[in-house]
Amino acid sequence: MIKIDNVNYVYQQGMPFERQALFDINIEIPDGSLTALIGHTGSGKSTLIQHLNALIKPTSGKITIDDVNITDAKTDLKLIRRKVGLVFQYPEHQLFEETVYKDIAFGPKNIGLDENEIDERVRLSAEAVGLKEKYLDRSPFELSGGQKRRVAIAGVIAMNPKVLILDEPTAGLDPRGRDSILNLIKNLHEKNRDMIIIFVSHSMEDVAKTAEHVIVMNEGRIETEGSVSEVFTKCKLLRSIGLDVPQITLLADKLRAAGYDLPRHIYTVKYAAKAIKELMGGGGDV
Amino acid sequence: MIKTENLSFIYRDTDDENGTIKEEEVLRDINLNIEKGLFTAILGHNGSGKSTLAKHFNAILLPSGGKVYIKGLDTGDENAVFDIRQSAGMVFQNPDNQIVAAVVEDEVAFAPENLGVEPKEIRRRVDECLKVVNMTKFAKSSPSKLSGGQKQRIAIASVLAMNPEILILDEPTAMLDPVGRSEVMRTIKTLNKDRGITVILITHYMDEAAEADRTIVIDSGRIVLDGAPKEVFCNVEQIKALGLDVPQVTELAYELKKLGIQISNDVLTVDECFEELVKALGGAAL
Amino acid sequence: MFKDIIIGQYVPGNSPLHRIAPPFKIILIILYIVLLFIINKPFSYVIFTIYSAALIIISAVPLKMILKGIRPMLWILVLTAIMNLLMTPGEAVLSIPIFSWTLNITKEGIEAGCIMAVRLLYLIIGTSFLTLTTSPLQLTDGIEKLLKPLNKIKVPSHEIAMMMTIAIRFIPTLAEETDKIMKAQTARGADFETGNIIKRARAMMPLLVPLFVSAFRRADELATAMEARCYRGGTNRTKMTQSHMTLLDLKAGIIFAVAAAALILAEFWV
Repeated sequence: MIKIDNVNYVYQQGMPFERQALFDINIEIPDGSLTALIGHTGSGKSTLIQHLNALIKPTSGKITIDDVNITDAKTDLKLIRRKVGLVFQYPEHQLFEETVYKDIAFGPKNIGLDENEIDERVRLSAEAVGLKEKYLDRSPFELSGGQKRRVAIAGVIAMNPKVLILDEPTAGLDPRGRDSILNLIKNLHEKNRDMIIIFVSHSMEDVAKTAEHVIVMNEGRIETEGSVSEVFTKCKLLRSIGLDVPQITLLADKLRAAGYDLPRHIYTVKYAAKAIKELMGGGGDV
Repeated sequence: MIKTENLSFIYRDTDDENGTIKEEEVLRDINLNIEKGLFTAILGHNGSGKSTLAKHFNAILLPSGGKVYIKGLDTGDENAVFDIRQSAGMVFQNPDNQIVAAVVEDEVAFAPENLGVEPKEIRRRVDECLKVVNMTKFAKSSPSKLSGGQKQRIAIASVLAMNPEILILDEPTAMLDPVGRSEVMRTIKTLNKDRGITVILITHYMDEAAEADRTIVIDSGRIVLDGAPKEVFCNVEQIKALGLDVPQVTELAYELKKLGIQISNDVLTVDECFEELVKALGGAAL
Repeated sequence: MFKDIIIGQYVPGNSPLHRIAPPFKIILIILYIVLLFIINKPFSYVIFTIYSAALIIISAVPLKMILKGIRPMLWILVLTAIMNLLMTPGEAVLSIPIFSWTLNITKEGIEAGCIMAVRLLYLIIGTSFLTLTTSPLQLTDGIEKLLKPLNKIKVPSHEIAMMMTIAIRFIPTLAEETDKIMKAQTARGADFETGNIIKRARAMMPLLVPLFVSAFRRADELATAMEARCYRGGTNRTKMTQSHMTLLDLKAGIIFAVAAAALILAEFWV
């Protein structure tokens, strides 16, 4: 479980560029959660996730993961990095090894595992991201954009983290690439019921398709938080802080405003079709 | 404005290890005629050949077979290259990798300086183009301090400074957040509507393609669908099979139709869909 | 943090020294250095010191900034002074016997050491004047203009300047990228900070390889984007900002000439 207690972060404290990036963040994320973190650029999402990996230390406040206080200067950084895997935006830009295998092995090697364990982890994580065995001996630079991204994600999964955080994992991908990464996230969630997965996104549609829990950030603060269906009932709020609400949610809102009796948490096309069909059936129009 | 005749392009790559030449047909028999003043979107997934096609429109790539004519000029004619590039300006995907100068206004001056335009005229064009993209107050800024959307607007201004009749944008929003995307889309539409610039937008976002006058869907180097967005997007199954999205409301209408509800599925916007649904539902469900 | 780094040591300002046209300023600074090497007498150095102090006051650049520029060069300065002190033959002032050998410190040696130290000091101050009062871009522009006559002997002045501009433009971008890759590798347990030199050098690979790959990709894309905007080198190219000789440049030139004349007079006839 992740517990964030009253975290504040001031960027470049005492310098002319001083700016507060996070204000009184309080969150609890239970084990096994698949959480989406949304908000527009500059809302503090990236700053917050870097705190979870101790890449940034809070100016004040405390973060504990499974009772390990990661904000304590005495806590071993290696331990934190093993616990929390962080996949950055455009992670394919960090690949550097001669082969895919070696690149995935980089993390496990750094934390001092033995050869056998490394080999097993590399193979398991390659499988987890859907990379075929034959790619392991290739150069990562020969692969397509989507495959490179999978290699980079596998490199983090190979650290066997308790918490996996992905910063905009679908950025720059086309719809097919996007869906396959979102499915990958879902699969990881289903196969590792203890793992906490947090992904950052701009897209409410991606969130609707994938997440179970949503945290909405705005201007360094938590704006709202809840299950996907709860958050999607707050259409107006989401739009007011510059987020794109999916068409289908807008349509359902509009129909409701016109007096049609639709459920309040419509955010997928399939569900909307079903609800409208029922509405018609109930009305005896068809 | 732009005409292609049996355009094909073969990508050749030499394999370093055994010296064999790999050939890949990226474009096949493209016959297109793009009219003046229209906003055309070319939609396709990554690797469909859409960017390769775009690069033929300003003689960055030359056809392996067939011809490309820009305003009647053959792109294969070496003497016409600079005329073609001046009349068909191109904006690229990564805002960071197309800005040459370290000051915004110098960037906008870059193209006219290359063309040998009079200093006074350059000054006039720079001021005007910055105004068109709404970036006047950043004239003296360093591009590295700007947001992605602002950088892309500078890139657009720097192309506009050549006074082109055609603006080709190769996935200009792929790396931007929703705010940046809408800034860029608004700019593109203004240029098309108010200044009569012929716009060709290469994209994998269906919502952007839905705003165009004409949408061309390309897959495996061939044109598979071509027409007004409504005509194109009502082929829901086909578009999804190509790894692309359709607007959610189009998909909803399609799903409802499958459920046996009488509704027209050439809807693209929430409002259009709302009208159709109200018609179909009648007052019955109220 | 990396985003805010300042290239060079330019101190923005609006002093007359800031406003002199960059190519002309470069010439004046070169002449200033030439003068420095012509003069030899202590009295001339006193005058030169007064001139330099005047420049510092006019430029309004904080003295702290100038001293900061000297600090990294200090050991070269001291070393040169000592070398001159020990290596110049002449009338011995002090003899120190070291085993079977005698180290002679001569009168000429002391003189030469002092002069070299002072010359180097003013050389550093002179060049930092240029970088302190001229932005890197203006500097590039100035260099291009000065090199232009050399086009005839095939010196690619425009290309040199273009390269410098692009370098300046990409420094913040690459710095930001370095920061990002470093964080990403740190998150994978990479350690950039501990270990001996060899270990640390090896630890840099996960940073350097992606950085180079990205730099090449950026270069490739930038070249295409430049081509698409009709870039074809320096031929027939115009410039939006045309800098002409201004009244200020003329005044600066005259003042410099008078001051230089006075200095040379002092050197040879006083």
